[in-house]
Amino acid sequence: MNVLAIPLLIPLFAGALSLALWRSTRWQRVIAVLATASLLVSSIVLLQAVLQDGYVVLHTAQWAAPFGITLVADLLAAIMVVLTGIIAFVIAIYSLAATPAGHEKFGYYPLLHLLLAGVVGSFITGDLFNLFVWFEVMLLASFALLTLGGERAQMEGAIKYVTLNLFSSAIFLMAVGLLYGMVGTLNMADLAQKIAQVEDQGMITVVAMLFLISFGIKAAAFPLFFWLPASYHTPQVAVSALFAGLLTKVGVYALFRVFTLIFVHDVAYTHTILLWIAALTMLTGVLGAAAQFEFRRILSFHIVSQIGYMLLGLALFTPLAIIGGVFYIMHHILVKTALFLVSGISYRLLGSYELRDLGGLYRKKPLLAILFLIPALSLAGIPPLSGFFAKFIVLRAGIEAEAYVVTGIALLVGLLTMYSMIKIWAEVFWKATPEHTHEQKPLTDAVVDRGHWPLYVPIMILGCGTLLIGFYGQPIFVLAEQAAAQLLNPQGYIDAVLGVQP
Amino acid sequence: MEVVMAFVVATLFSCALYMMMRRSIVKLVIGLILLSNAANLLIFVVSGLTRGAPPLIIEGVDPSPFVADPLPQALILTAIVISFGVLAFAVVLIRRAYEVVKTDDLDQMKDTDT
Repeated sequence: MNVLAIPLLIPLFAGALSLALWRSTRWQRVIAVLATASLLVSSIVLLQAVLQDGYVVLHTAQWAAPFGITLVADLLAAIMVVLTGIIAFVIAIYSLAATPAGHEKFGYYPLLHLLLAGVVGSFITGDLFNLFVWFEVMLLASFALLTLGGERAQMEGAIKYVTLNLFSSAIFLMAVGLLYGMVGTLNMADLAQKIAQVEDQGMITVVAMLFLISFGIKAAAFPLFFWLPASYHTPQVAVSALFAGLLTKVGVYALFRVFTLIFVHDVAYTHTILLWIAALTMLTGVLGAAAQFEFRRILSFHIVSQIGYMLLGLALFTPLAIIGGVFYIMHHILVKTALFLVSGISYRLLGSYELRDLGGLYRKKPLLAILFLIPALSLAGIPPLSGFFAKFIVLRAGIEAEAYVVTGIALLVGLLTMYSMIKIWAEVFWKATPEHTHEQKPLTDAVVDRGHWPLYVPIMILGCGTLLIGFYGQPIFVLAEQAAAQLLNPQGYIDAVLGVQP
Repeated sequence: MEVVMAFVVATLFSCALYMMMRRSIVKLVIGLILLSNAANLLIFVVSGLTRGAPPLIIEGVDPSPFVADPLPQALILTAIVISFGVLAFAVVLIRRAYEVVKTDDLDQMKDTDT
């Protein structure tokens, strides 16, 4: 069996198995941990195979390239699958302790696997319509996960989330249809080759903009990002963390894919628009966060602002900038998930996400404070953590490309990120515990979360990840460099999928 | 025929967007349904309408005027199935939201925005 199909089949199979074992949450838990662990292992095997061969291609059912559905992994896709594996594994461990029993009974684990299948499928597909199908698989699972529990805030958040995402899917479908009408193929490699032959290049730009809108909504880019801070803080925390780590990055990945492979005919126009979208995404996200006083809402707005940095890497479209974008994605997925998981533990201890009801955790839980501080400082870009290098590469690329205004905005956003992180630090960890906490659970020494290692281990793994990228960044940088080189040289991708043509 | 269909698609899109911008959640879902139908019809139109031609190629004959393209139909069929599933979820969601929030007015559902 091809190494490419396994990371996709594992979550699908595990999802089906968990559904079959609907009554036994104990077995579903076991399957969740085992399946995500094997997903991680198989994704590392895939990454090694890609590092060795450059590209791994699978023509499903032996239909040769532009006719069948092709699965392709280049280095970026393989990296994304590995990151999916890491996040899936830590979330599965965290879920063991954090998922309410009611959610487990109503299909939390099957939905989790289905979501992962959708995410992995989106990363490794080489066909635009197939990408749409995987998006929908992922979305439907995420809708159900978002509304598990059925509280008022979840319903209100879900309506916005569902509407905007369905709207984005409809635009995606339109764009796919228009593209097929003009080019007559939907295989990405084939498209990349044939798109230059279309006479009406203006229409291609229109379709490119439709893709930009659609993926921009999914990536939570300016101006259609507001579904994200309205919904990401409503579900239980393991779901929030999973969404925060992975889902928007699927949109970013799709943007990276189509705007390096397919729509490179008019870079001066399309990528300039992307550049301003990136700048405004950064700025609005960080300003939104500055106005918030709820733990997870602050973090949600910071997802938006960080998406801007990744898009900035893509928009500058120089080799260094693409490296920066890829590096930033790797850094951000680990760090953001860790921060959401910390917010979950603080909720467990104090029964609230509101900053004014939290406090005193530095005294009571010094370990938790350190586990927060590492990803928080990394997010703000303090050396020697991973965020510093990620920001450094993107900013340097910005200066080299002489995009001074946008670079200045990026620097300012880094400063404001620091402000938000200090705000959380001061309120949650340094301030004395408030007398009357929002809900009934006050923090006393009696609140010992013994036996809750599944809550802490995931954050430690992710924290080690960001430290590793910070202190031992060279191999990661080389990895990002190779991925960027592949992205900027689409001919290799085309040849790998269609076979070298005479 | 293409021109007529283009106007039908345009009308569907404008109705969909109008319904989505109303305040009632029921109308919102109707808007979403119209939107997905409009997108499906758009694929159908842009890939060319062929009447009375089977999607079969006779050997040795230039196929261009005599053959229908089966791929758009396959795409639309897939999209219809997907949108059916998603919209079924959306209908359940608005019912549940109505039960929990006790209003169908989107302007009242602003708790998570600020």
